[in-house]
Amino acid sequence: MSRLQLDQALVARARELAARAAAPVVDLAATHTTISVERAQLRLAGLTGTDPVLGDGEVPWVNRVVDAVRDQVGLEHGVALPVWHALGSGGTLQELAEQVGAGTARFTVPEGSAADRAREAARAAVGAGIARIDTNRARREELVATHGNPPRRPWIYLIVATGDIHEDIPQAQAAARAGADVIAVIRSTGQSLLDYVPEGATRTGYAGTYATQENFRLMRAALDDVSAELGRYVRLTNYASGLCMPEIAVLAGLERLDMMLNDAMYGILFRDINPVRTFVDQRFSRMVHARAGIIINTGEDNYLTTADAVDEAHTVTVSQLLNERLAHEAGLADWQLGLGHAFEIDPAVPESFRLELAHALLARGLFPDAPLKWMPPTKHMTGDVFRGYLLDGFFNLAGALTGQGILLVGMMTEAVVTPWLSDRDLALRNVRYVLEAAGNLHEDFAPQPGGFIDRRAHTVLTEAVDLLERIAAHPQGLIQAVADGTFGITKRAPDGGKGLDGVVVKAADHFDPATELLERTHA
Amino acid sequence: MPEQGQSRDLGPSGAGSVVRPYGDTTGDGMVQTSFTLPVPPGPKAEGAALQLAQKMGIEPAMVVHSAAIGEGFTFFVVYGSVRHLVDLDAVQVEERAYPLLSPGEVNAAVKTRLRRSLVVLGACIGTDAHTVGIDAILNLKGFAGEKGLEYYRELQVANLGAQVSVPELVHAARNRKADAVLVSQVVTQKDAHLRNTRELAAAFREAMGESRPLLVVGGPRFDPAMAADLGVDKVFGRGTTPGEVASYLVHALVPEEEPA
Repeated sequence: MSRLQLDQALVARARELAARAAAPVVDLAATHTTISVERAQLRLAGLTGTDPVLGDGEVPWVNRVVDAVRDQVGLEHGVALPVWHALGSGGTLQELAEQVGAGTARFTVPEGSAADRAREAARAAVGAGIARIDTNRARREELVATHGNPPRRPWIYLIVATGDIHEDIPQAQAAARAGADVIAVIRSTGQSLLDYVPEGATRTGYAGTYATQENFRLMRAALDDVSAELGRYVRLTNYASGLCMPEIAVLAGLERLDMMLNDAMYGILFRDINPVRTFVDQRFSRMVHARAGIIINTGEDNYLTTADAVDEAHTVTVSQLLNERLAHEAGLADWQLGLGHAFEIDPAVPESFRLELAHALLARGLFPDAPLKWMPPTKHMTGDVFRGYLLDGFFNLAGALTGQGILLVGMMTEAVVTPWLSDRDLALRNVRYVLEAAGNLHEDFAPQPGGFIDRRAHTVLTEAVDLLERIAAHPQGLIQAVADGTFGITKRAPDGGKGLDGVVVKAADHFDPATELLERTHA
Repeated sequence: MPEQGQSRDLGPSGAGSVVRPYGDTTGDGMVQTSFTLPVPPGPKAEGAALQLAQKMGIEPAMVVHSAAIGEGFTFFVVYGSVRHLVDLDAVQVEERAYPLLSPGEVNAAVKTRLRRSLVVLGACIGTDAHTVGIDAILNLKGFAGEKGLEYYRELQVANLGAQVSVPELVHAARNRKADAVLVSQVVTQKDAHLRNTRELAAAFREAMGESRPLLVVGGPRFDPAMAADLGVDKVFGRGTTPGEVASYLVHALVPEEEPA
């Protein structure tokens, strides 16, 4: 593997600063809960379905129950205490939900031995969901042992997005047969801003397909079939982001998804979701991912679509270090960190390819045991599909040369149309050609110490440490840095953005059986 | 190769206004195209591709490449001479009332000609909780490959979100000294979007008169020709991108020349 000789003192300093900058964020998660974290408890306990009466029947029972508890006794104690106290006098969670629908459910916060009984019952119910996640993890390991992993790195990651799960399935299977190792089903536009998870098999997404438990199940089953046919375990990816991040993470664990997009700051910066909501939700979702053996993919590539990929290269490094810190804190291991970065330097910049190699090698050197998610050019893709095809070839070459773990396949029709069948086929031919022709070139390729690539990597790392120094110097660390507009162009105040009304300060007796059970294992 | 002599015919109206595609010789009419047919590869598939090319006006056509995609599909690359002529005199170009600007051009125009940032306020009004429209235009994430207005350094953007009442919006616009108010209406029944928009226009007229901000509404159910009727400055329909909105804001709010 090509390696840079990084200044190890500087690397250690970067990690120390990242830990300091992230500390206030970790504290937030300890002192706050959110409606989505509370709904995730009920999903782990097996509550599914929607209230058939309210609205058009699209409001999930988990939303109805959490809202009812909040109205009656507040959420500062958590949803588990009042719910399992109510269940103490008999009945199932589903029946209790129906009583909420009928307006007859009454919630109180138990005390003393009644609270002990409620806690015990809640642990057992939520523990059953966690046990199912454990079973799925074991099943994945078994299937990987049977069918095998992809024969080489990087794994080839391809996107499917028709809006209709029943169209997605044959397309995903065809993509796997054509060489894709990882299938990502893009979500419907705007799902990240829905404060509920839609239910059932869906056929009407816009520019993507809704993430639902049933869609997850259908697609995973279809990919299991094609994995057996191909003798290679084909992984499935979705998006644990937006307002329902914790619940989507739980559904992914329950339905054996293999990778999840899960960035600590993406929702804040790009979707104007409240920072506290996001930080609390991301910690819970990462604990679930850690337990489920899911590889997370972070979203640093997005910075480079809004900012200049040369001038702002260090913000990618900073975000990777923060994402790593927050992931480790939540129990994720290095092999689960698909830290993102992208090939987005303007091709008109002299030496652009050497700069790309420097940035990619820096990420490789900083995170030697993380898979790294390598994202193709988008910003400088024009309608010139021929030039785009060449650029994607260089992107693939950089990926092979620098040992990236997961390669998202670039489309020459990026910014023109959603990929056609032929676009995907041509893109996979491009990847195959490069990997077969030059996949092992990293054995012969070592950047000259003190040369252009080496110096550029050192410059970016130095700039990253400078920025981390400034963030860590804020009394509120990362939270204040986000408010000041340190990342990207936007400023996001801790009391602004969407979903703030779903954030609740925990009371001393707040009880969250899922976090308790998940922390017990990773501590 | 196509017969060069035939292809040199410039058409009935003579030189100048009638042109044909150019491969390597004037008038050769050469084009290349690629497409996929839902047919397994083989002689029949190639014949089908030639038939399609012929119907597209490519004659003679050559299938220079064909390859299977999965089962049941074949991809083709076709070269050939197209028999159609282009009459330049008959080409009509529809011109937008304002130029489409890049984010850099928008920022530069605001900075040099307005000399302060442009304040933009966005919201969904009425009972509509679907912020997907206003979010697509305002959120950094953007829409259709274009970044939202938050991306523009010289635009100061606030998104008030869903179910904002008209009085609240007027109040916020006054407090923030908004230059423009953007309102989206996605889900609507019985023309609620039209009623809401008229109410919006009336409220701003009453509260602020001539000094009201620019009013821009958008949504899939709106007819862009209705602006005057609704009492607003601009109506955007389905598929509008952030760049179009930003370009319009510059056109409507930024003086043509730098201040003296």
